[in-house]
Amino acid sequence: MSNGRVIVITSGKGGVGKTTTTANLGMALAAMGEKIALIDADIGLRNLDLILGLENRIVYDIVDVVEGRCKLRQALIKDKRMPNLVLLPAAQTRDKSAVNPDQMRQLIADLQEDGYVYILIDCPAGIEQGFRNATAGATEAIIVTNPEVSAVRDADRIVGLLEAEDLRNPRLVVNRLRPHLVKNETMMSVEDVQEILSIPLLGIVPDDEAIINSTNRGEPVILQDGARAGQAYRNIARRIKGEEVPLMDLEEGGFFSRLRRLFAGAR
Amino acid sequence: MPLPSFLERLFGRPEASKDTAKNRLRIVLMHDRAAIPAAVLEQMRSELLTVLSKYVEIDQQALEINLERSEGTVALLANVPILRVRTDVASEGPDNPEKAEPALA
Repeated sequence: MSNGRVIVITSGKGGVGKTTTTANLGMALAAMGEKIALIDADIGLRNLDLILGLENRIVYDIVDVVEGRCKLRQALIKDKRMPNLVLLPAAQTRDKSAVNPDQMRQLIADLQEDGYVYILIDCPAGIEQGFRNATAGATEAIIVTNPEVSAVRDADRIVGLLEAEDLRNPRLVVNRLRPHLVKNETMMSVEDVQEILSIPLLGIVPDDEAIINSTNRGEPVILQDGARAGQAYRNIARRIKGEEVPLMDLEEGGFFSRLRRLFAGAR
Repeated sequence: MPLPSFLERLFGRPEASKDTAKNRLRIVLMHDRAAIPAAVLEQMRSELLTVLSKYVEIDQQALEINLERSEGTVALLANVPILRVRTDVASEGPDNPEKAEPALA
């Protein structure tokens, strides 16, 4: 760990919110003053740039670096809103085999050499080569899932595969939780999901319409004041840094939480 | 009291859909986690059968072998209906290996 933290964000199933999670955790960690690099390892299906609103600034990508067409620093996109955050974008016109595990490890070593203390890797969906490349240089893993059968099943599979890659202590983010559905026992609760997967919980992100707006605009939700998902991601970032942060109260529709929010102002 | 919840109270509550989800997941993960190919399981079954048949006569049609996972461990659960104990070997016991050795197969 002396070289800093290299965390892969993975899920098995697509569409559970890996990229949104990577973008927001990256932004939140950067806002706390950490020097951070985000790697989009989803080669061929580049999206992290779009979620971050950096899509118009890409000149070179990860494959250009690996194949020697540019220096690593030339490919890194600095985020103007967060000066200590950079993105290494995926290539859009190549496939998962364009970068191999050794090259990935080298990229990570070079980023660490340049002083990036936190490196977050956005893993592609699936369990094939792209998954192996994305996990190759990581020392920690975050599994994103939704409280829904197929996402949980895939997350369980990922736990086993990470173990095979020597990533033994993955932590869980339950994304898109809908508290009122949990309350009426339609949706599995975080406890249910955890009971099945039995891996430590890193955080819960409520389903939040603010995410749709933020994705449309390319402004991660942590930049919006008062968005509940943003608060959840900020909390997760603090837990990644080792702080003890209690889980937030998700009873969004409840009278008391409305009252509390009214008095606390939009936090 | 709204009618649906009155009826639920009268007839007993149906299983909450999240519990259905949880139970289905438990079962499917049991198979996923064991991850032993069917061919290997079949080979295990036939070799177990060979060994067990030395001592007891087994109802081969009703033999069931399954893998189940509970609390972090995978267990092999076998249901072996015995038709008859073979008296000829039963008396010898394991401390007479050279006599028990010859396989039936």
